[in-house]
Amino acid sequence: MSAEKIRRRTVLGTAAAASLAPAGLLTGCALGSDEGNNQAEGEKNTKNPLGVKEDAPLDVVIFNGGFGEDYAKAHQVMYKESFPKAEVKHTAVVEIGKTLQPRFIEGNPPDFINNSGSNAMDAGKLVAEEQLTDLKELLDVPSLDQPGKTVRQTLLPGAVETGMFDGKMFILNYAYTVYGIWYSKKLFADKGWEYGKTWDDHIALCKKIKASGMAPWTYAGVHPRYMSWPVISTAVKFAGKQVALDIDNLVPNAWQSEGMKMAADAWYQIVKDKYILDGSPGLDHKQSQTEWCKGNAAFISCGSWLENEQAAVTPQGFNMTVAPTPSLGAGDKLPFAAIRGTAGEPYIVPAKAKNPRGGMELMRHMLSMKGAKDFTGKVKSLTIVAGAADGLSFTPGLASCVEAIKASGDNGFNWIYQIYYRKLERNLVDAACGEFFSGRSTPAEFLAACQKGADEIAKDASFKKYKRS
Amino acid sequence: MKHGKYPLLAAFLLPALGLYGVFVLAPYAQAFLIAMTDASGLSNRYKFVGLDNFVALFKDEYFRNALWHNALLLVLLPAITILLGLFLASLLNVGGTSKRAVSGLRGSGFYKIIYFVPQVLSVAVIGVLWKEIYNPRSGILNSGLRAVGLDSFAGDNLGNPDMAFWLVLAVMVWANVGFYVVLFGAAMSSIPRDIYEAAALDGTSRWTTLFRITLPLVWDTVQVAWVYLAVIALDGFAIVQIMTRGGPNFSTDVAGQRMYDTAFTDSRFGMASAMGVVLFFFTLSVTLVALRLTKRERIELA
Repeated sequence: MSAEKIRRRTVLGTAAAASLAPAGLLTGCALGSDEGNNQAEGEKNTKNPLGVKEDAPLDVVIFNGGFGEDYAKAHQVMYKESFPKAEVKHTAVVEIGKTLQPRFIEGNPPDFINNSGSNAMDAGKLVAEEQLTDLKELLDVPSLDQPGKTVRQTLLPGAVETGMFDGKMFILNYAYTVYGIWYSKKLFADKGWEYGKTWDDHIALCKKIKASGMAPWTYAGVHPRYMSWPVISTAVKFAGKQVALDIDNLVPNAWQSEGMKMAADAWYQIVKDKYILDGSPGLDHKQSQTEWCKGNAAFISCGSWLENEQAAVTPQGFNMTVAPTPSLGAGDKLPFAAIRGTAGEPYIVPAKAKNPRGGMELMRHMLSMKGAKDFTGKVKSLTIVAGAADGLSFTPGLASCVEAIKASGDNGFNWIYQIYYRKLERNLVDAACGEFFSGRSTPAEFLAACQKGADEIAKDASFKKYKRS
Repeated sequence: MKHGKYPLLAAFLLPALGLYGVFVLAPYAQAFLIAMTDASGLSNRYKFVGLDNFVALFKDEYFRNALWHNALLLVLLPAITILLGLFLASLLNVGGTSKRAVSGLRGSGFYKIIYFVPQVLSVAVIGVLWKEIYNPRSGILNSGLRAVGLDSFAGDNLGNPDMAFWLVLAVMVWANVGFYVVLFGAAMSSIPRDIYEAAALDGTSRWTTLFRITLPLVWDTVQVAWVYLAVIALDGFAIVQIMTRGGPNFSTDVAGQRMYDTAFTDSRFGMASAMGVVLFFFTLSVTLVALRLTKRERIELA
């Protein structure tokens, strides 16, 4: 019987061949080689402040996800109007990393990338490998359609911060995202419930909701990191923005600060008192959000993409609304209205692009009032361009985000350790949240597990460390 | 004809060998070399770090945990699948109640199709299908348990680290067993019927027939099955990636998943290649050991 023999030969043969293969040649083609790139550059003038070469082709790759690709095509049409001689190549893919990694290794990346989705390339690593163009120049040129203002002056406060690495801006985060606790305004109106502004009120409301036969909470058990957001938010509001700063900067014991302890203790109550929908630990984000839309749970933690993501299954008149996390008490450093708002949806210009100035110029078009209004109209998401949403009509969820941002004002906060060190949130904090919210670990064990993850990153030299202040 | 033999052979063999070299051997060799660099997979900058990656791997508790799960699978998956496969195959082929002729149970043709169905589904379909079956709220597993009053057994399924591994294992067995039922069935049908008749005349029980007659005569096929299943157990990536991504809390993590995360989430291609190399030698030695241990003289039936 030869099946067995063939198997054995294959295995042995492979081993032998592998050990004999010529070395340098093979790494050469797998890891790429270094070649200089001629980058297109034209003459700078008032109409062309970035010095784009007018006829240089522009290679654009867009993530075809929640926002689709139509908005990007509209931006490219604007670019074509400014540079009629330029040829714009538009590609839209779902798997950004798989599509583009080989091009980065070859030293032949596109000029403009929407590096997003679950297969996005690790931003921290791209920066560490010096693969991205510093976008500072873009910020300091005049806005496309707001006379007398630089691009920087047209943006919301804090909009560029999430793209900064050691003082340089490598990522343009274009969409403005709000993270909070979501509920159905209609449901609350029907039942006569009111969203609790303090933790005690929240727990009292949970008790009421549970008594009515409904589960107060559900969460994405398969991606439990969604629940790390309200915990950290609670801590930041209690103890101030330093909490988030310390976490981002990998300060020793940042996860076990007084604020984090208070927050974890508070949130443990919804676990202990069984205020979480049965089976939640086994649901993924879509499944849990659908349970929530079906009215099986009252609250869910998510970002402002929720409305778009759930559009197909949200009942008529559901009226989804975002709210800040409840305050722990009167001693909180930030007011109740403070909410986590951040620029999200990353766009980059590779350092080795053939037409980096064209890539930045396309960003300048996106950041124009016209480009931003068009984006918000098409994809129902805010942008970082101040005032671009004025005069547009909103869906209920988006309207609540606009209100929340306005109410939050300067008290808005954010953290970006997940941009610096993707693994820490996606792998390590995620696992710790899973144990905590399914009731298998105590608040102290939960924070210790998060801290252990942060410590592992901190002492691992293969992660380039970033600091912000 | 004799003179033209070698060019003809070469014409058939070389293209295949060439393709094999380019698409199988060369990537293997590259993996060995990349494993000794700190390549990120995001740029063409890298430097050789010797065996640093392997030293780091040796200390990496997550990788150890993943390998441990592969080792568990290595023992459990072949054992369960082969036992179940043998049992079902003998019911279908030689387990019939008729005393006169050796045959399968009634309706065995139908059962064969049922068992074989998972084999025609792709791993992705199987993963998504079972993810829904295991859905704690609306999946048919928990609904079924509740319907028969076993509410307390309706748990978080894939959300529970104590259960997730076993549930994934069950899916792997389900997905594979059909093929081995057919494989063992084919082997059993080549066993001469008079052996069974002789045994029946001597009054042997069903179990004795299975262990003393059927099993020794299909042993050859069993050992092939063992090797195939061992290789599947050392991989396990696709089903884990689709169903759990190694969670919750790393309870279903396998080396393939760790390698994927290291390469594509952490952007450490050098380290991921090192994991691949470790897995390569692991698979190689398991295969060799399995082939040696199960080696036996072939029985000529004709």
